[in-house]
Amino acid sequence: MLATGKTRKITINPVTRIEGHGKVTIHLDENGHVTQARFHIVEFRGFERFALGRPYWEVPVMIQRLCGICPVSHHLCAAKAMDWIVGGERLSPCAEKMRRLMHYGQMFQSHALHFFHLSSPDLLFGFSSDVARRNIIGVIQAHPEIARRAVLMRKYGQEVIKATSGKKIHGTGAIPGGINKNLSTTERDALRRDIGQMIEWSQAAVKLVKDIRAKDPTFFDSFGAFESNCVSLVRADGALDFYDGGLRAKDAEGNIIFDHVRPMDYLDYIREEVRAWSYMKFPFIRSLGKEKGWYRVGPLARVNNCDFIPTPLAEEERKEFRAATGGKPSNSSLHYHWARMIELLHAAELMRDLLNDPDLQSSDLVRRGLRREETVAILEAPRGTLFHHYCVNANDEVTLINLIVSTTNNNEAMNRVVQKIARDYLEGQVITEGLLNHIEVGIRAYDPCLSCATHAVGQMPLVVTLMGSQGQTLDMKARGAGCPQS
Amino acid sequence: MTTLVLGYGNPGRQDDGLGPALAEAVAQWAFPNVRVLDNYQLNIEDAAELAQVETAVFADAACTGESAFVWQVLRPAPKIAFTTHALAPQSLLALCQDLYQRIPRAFLLAVRGYQFGFGDDLSRLAQQNLKRALAFLLPLLRQPVQQWPDFFGPSTHQRTDAACGQSSSRSHFGE
Repeated sequence: MLATGKTRKITINPVTRIEGHGKVTIHLDENGHVTQARFHIVEFRGFERFALGRPYWEVPVMIQRLCGICPVSHHLCAAKAMDWIVGGERLSPCAEKMRRLMHYGQMFQSHALHFFHLSSPDLLFGFSSDVARRNIIGVIQAHPEIARRAVLMRKYGQEVIKATSGKKIHGTGAIPGGINKNLSTTERDALRRDIGQMIEWSQAAVKLVKDIRAKDPTFFDSFGAFESNCVSLVRADGALDFYDGGLRAKDAEGNIIFDHVRPMDYLDYIREEVRAWSYMKFPFIRSLGKEKGWYRVGPLARVNNCDFIPTPLAEEERKEFRAATGGKPSNSSLHYHWARMIELLHAAELMRDLLNDPDLQSSDLVRRGLRREETVAILEAPRGTLFHHYCVNANDEVTLINLIVSTTNNNEAMNRVVQKIARDYLEGQVITEGLLNHIEVGIRAYDPCLSCATHAVGQMPLVVTLMGSQGQTLDMKARGAGCPQS
Repeated sequence: MTTLVLGYGNPGRQDDGLGPALAEAVAQWAFPNVRVLDNYQLNIEDAAELAQVETAVFADAACTGESAFVWQVLRPAPKIAFTTHALAPQSLLALCQDLYQRIPRAFLLAVRGYQFGFGDDLSRLAQQNLKRALAFLLPLLRQPVQQWPDFFGPSTHQRTDAACGQSSSRSHFGE
């Protein structure tokens, strides 16, 4: 604990079961009341510099190395961007459906992993239960069937990715203007065999979340709840769409702020703020300004924003979800889990439909057209909206890159959830196990991905800054990206 | 008898790609009884793969140590905390044991790397270490697993601390 002028600062480090290194600071006033809470995320802007000067056709493969957790999202978003560069944005039906299948496979495995592996222990055993038990091993022992399903659902999603992208590391399935392979009938039949089971287990997962909520709906709905705007892609008819569409923003009451914004126009609507205490930018809705324009992205935002979900089982669940908040957008952080499982079900239904679509066996793979020099693509990654912005010169070299990843979009929202939980659960001026647990649960609901590439967790740069009550830097300590030499 | 060689790491982070590079080389040997997988990291679905083989070799980058590589037997660690989206091999073995009531005999082949920034290529020293590790592994894959050593490396080596994910998270979070 560190005293800085009139403000006392409590530092919690680390936040477990979240990728990489996270640090939380809670600022108290002289009376011990929470004035501010910050979730510090170390973001790597270096990758953008690394990619400059590369030929544009390398980008979809190269950019996925940014993140070992969600490489498919970066692969597909970059490919969408480069479609525009080569004038191939009107993909062949085979190419678009292959990419969608890849994306749905990624959505499915990511949501299954997050819920069953990272979050279900909290929800099944209670936030204050023994940390030693509150993990996937605990789930295996108490709920073996749930744990077994988690492994097989995750494996199924990975098989879909492998069949559509070619391989797990550095998949090359999507290329500028299309894809480089279709789905063979052998691959299709193998995936068809288990898809019915995946849908059934997804329905059970939605039910599991609803059963957990039903035990104490007041707590479930109010934990980490705060009003926010929501941003996501929607299809032209307002449907939920993970792969393509226009940007929609809604306020906490459900009023539309902007709608069907084309990716190329995103800078007219979204801006990024830099704050002295964080390397991570804070995006905001331009028309609302920095103070009021921050927003949520991800499953909760998507299910809040869409007018309907275009598969029947998931749409039924969306209606029930919406009814729980009286038809208004949900502002509960734990509802992320509920929305995530509805999306899991939707992804499974979408995969089933595509596996019965003969377009996936077509040999019409690539389209090209008018060459362009600037491009923006937006994709709904499992954790939320992902922006890729590139410029490419006449020599085919990338000259500008700006990425806004999902976790960056949720940056302020994660700060708010920490602040809300700190105000609700901080007792005195000590960090109890209970408070730590509640903060972890709150942040985990947003499924932040902080790894940004390497699995060598501690090798990521770490910068710790101590700020005084007047904003002055009291101390700064940095650890570089290289390995410590033994 | 089937052996699974599972190389993991990110080839876009220089020497962090040692695991996948080793897996790629082993795949080219095309042993009929050796199955090869690579990925950015280990995850829960790999438990299902482990349950189907008799022997498993986890190939990872090491970020500490004085030798080119370290080889050691692995045992499940059921009490280890899960801290990230990725799993340590010991945790994966524990998961496999609990889910499928069986585990393969498992080994870690941790190849020393030096540079972990953005970049596609292994450092020169890491390439040399990879060659040595492959030269060590090749004859083993031709022998019965009963003849494989439990450990090969410097006597001062700290068990399992060679793997980046393990050592770094421990020292990092312990500070």
